Amino acid sequence: MEKLVQLTVSGLTNGAIYALVALGFVLIYKSSDVLNFAQGELLLFGAYLTFFFVAQQGLIWPLGVLLTLVVAVFIGVLIERFVLRPLIGEPIISMIMVTIGLSSLLKAIVNAIWGPVPREFPPFIPSHEVYLGTAVVGMDRLLAIVIALILLGLFSLFFRYSREGIAMRAIADDQQAALSMGISVRRVFAVSWSIAAATAAVGGVMVANIVGVSGDVSGVGLRVFPVVILGGLDSIPGAILGGAIIGLLEAYTGGYIGQGLSQVIPFIVLVLILMVRPYGLFGQEIIERV
Amino acid sequence: MECGIFHTTYQQDMAFRHTWMEKARLVLLLGFIIIFPFVANRYWLTLANQIGLAAIGAIGLNILTGFTGQISLGQGAFMAVGAYGAGIMANRLGWPIWLTIPAASLLTAGVGAIFGIPSLRLKGLYLAIATLAAQQIIDWLITHWTSLTGGVEALVLRREANVVLGVALRGDRTFYWIIMAFAAATTLFTANLFRTRVGRAFVAIRDQDIAAEVIGINLFLYKLLAFATSSFFVGLTGALTAHYRGIISWERFTIETSILYLAMIIIGGLGSVSGSIYGAAFMVLVPAFITNVGRQFQTTIPAMAQLLPFIQQGIFGIVIIFFLVIEPEGLAKIWRDIKSYFALWPFSY
Repeated sequence: MEKLVQLTVSGLTNGAIYALVALGFVLIYKSSDVLNFAQGELLLFGAYLTFFFVAQQGLIWPLGVLLTLVVAVFIGVLIERFVLRPLIGEPIISMIMVTIGLSSLLKAIVNAIWGPVPREFPPFIPSHEVYLGTAVVGMDRLLAIVIALILLGLFSLFFRYSREGIAMRAIADDQQAALSMGISVRRVFAVSWSIAAATAAVGGVMVANIVGVSGDVSGVGLRVFPVVILGGLDSIPGAILGGAIIGLLEAYTGGYIGQGLSQVIPFIVLVLILMVRPYGLFGQEIIERV
Repeated sequence: MECGIFHTTYQQDMAFRHTWMEKARLVLLLGFIIIFPFVANRYWLTLANQIGLAAIGAIGLNILTGFTGQISLGQGAFMAVGAYGAGIMANRLGWPIWLTIPAASLLTAGVGAIFGIPSLRLKGLYLAIATLAAQQIIDWLITHWTSLTGGVEALVLRREANVVLGVALRGDRTFYWIIMAFAAATTLFTANLFRTRVGRAFVAIRDQDIAAEVIGINLFLYKLLAFATSSFFVGLTGALTAHYRGIISWERFTIETSILYLAMIIIGGLGSVSGSIYGAAFMVLVPAFITNVGRQFQTTIPAMAQLLPFIQQGIFGIVIIFFLVIEPEGLAKIWRDIKSYFALWPFSY
């Protein structure tokens, strides 16, 4: 029983981090119909930038994180302007491949600047152990849950009530109709990419705090694909539920069956669920006409 | 100079090569392929073999992604099925090379068809991620099913497996002929495939799958067929690689391989058989070129040795982005433009 509780807690905390990362995917997909394969590398960039500002330059951490966010927003705008904008209206395969190319480029830049050796992340996030009943959990992971929930809540409100959020949904629904209603598609894309990059930077900091500053951070991007697809690409509640499901699945298979299996079980479950619900749990079903 | 193509018989109309220029180029190419192994050194021969192997796989992937419109991120895993299939058949069952290669390709076709089943209900990004799942699942099976595959250890093929009628097939030059023969057969088969009912059905599914279903194409059957055909050639690449190298390890067939092959067909040209070959050649030659240039600078810039892999990776990314932004139809389109420019040269209007 204690093991079950412990596994549930650690599964849910991992799930919260997955949801946080998944949010970046959802954000970009919701506004521009692009699944960003470079999201993991944006995490990596965020982690290394914070490492650079706080550990290498010796800035106090609030300033370091703030600078990281500024640079991340800048990178997001750059990516949108020079990579994604020329491809508006191209087929899905081009969109997938261009973000894959981007991920390769970003990874190369990070490796060329900081080298492939793993570094220790500056310990400004409290990580002492907290007891929840019988389960033990690190303070940093609890913080990750809190941050994930705050961001998820903010984004839900953003998409529902704010002008920009509604514009994003309109563009995702029909670019031409949105253009003819006077929405600037370019500006909205730039905004959504910069927000997504900033979210990724926050996610990168949280992940790097747990796994250390290394290429492993971008591996989380790959692990989050089942989460986003499971919940449905355009659904924020889907990201939360998907994160929780995948996190728990990994924890339970890791704890009860064996370590190796926890990498592959999410993908098997994903395929099975997709066979029943092709647009994920909460994804919007696209009605196609000839 | 051609001023137009005027066919007077159906045979002429159906021909692959219409003009004498096209025929001359084909003869030149064939001549080059035949003379090449006698003049090239070992380095160039291995590069040519890599290009041939990659071309078979890229054509296979193009059948699925370029012609049928089903995005697959699992080709690396299917290649692993071909390679490990051939290796295990050779080692455990003691089959010779002429049996393992077709058997392993067929096995891969079957596995590909199984992982193609989700394509009936899934489209676009969701399908891409479902094939990514195939990649992860097969990777995991290979590294963890130790009793069959040897796990993370490399699988070494029996040397006797390469013996046919008492002749040992070994070395770069021998395999050059084998690989080129298979590559030529694959090219011919695929070029003809898209003139048949099946191939046209694939293209119809790519252009508009619902419309294709309405005009009587059995979507399930043809999508599975596309997955199977594509995987057959990808498995063929795997099986040939296994026999050529004599040693296989799972690291050669990860998601990065899948991405590399997708990059080949994007750069070469989606939905183009010749484009797949150009893309394969490009993606084999450019990294080799960069490595050579890097070695030149190694004496002047000592950090080069460490930076080189990242430069490779960065250029890989830049090349993909560059082609998608500047020339989405790839090298095949560039080559077509060059030809059409010179077709009327110097009197083009």
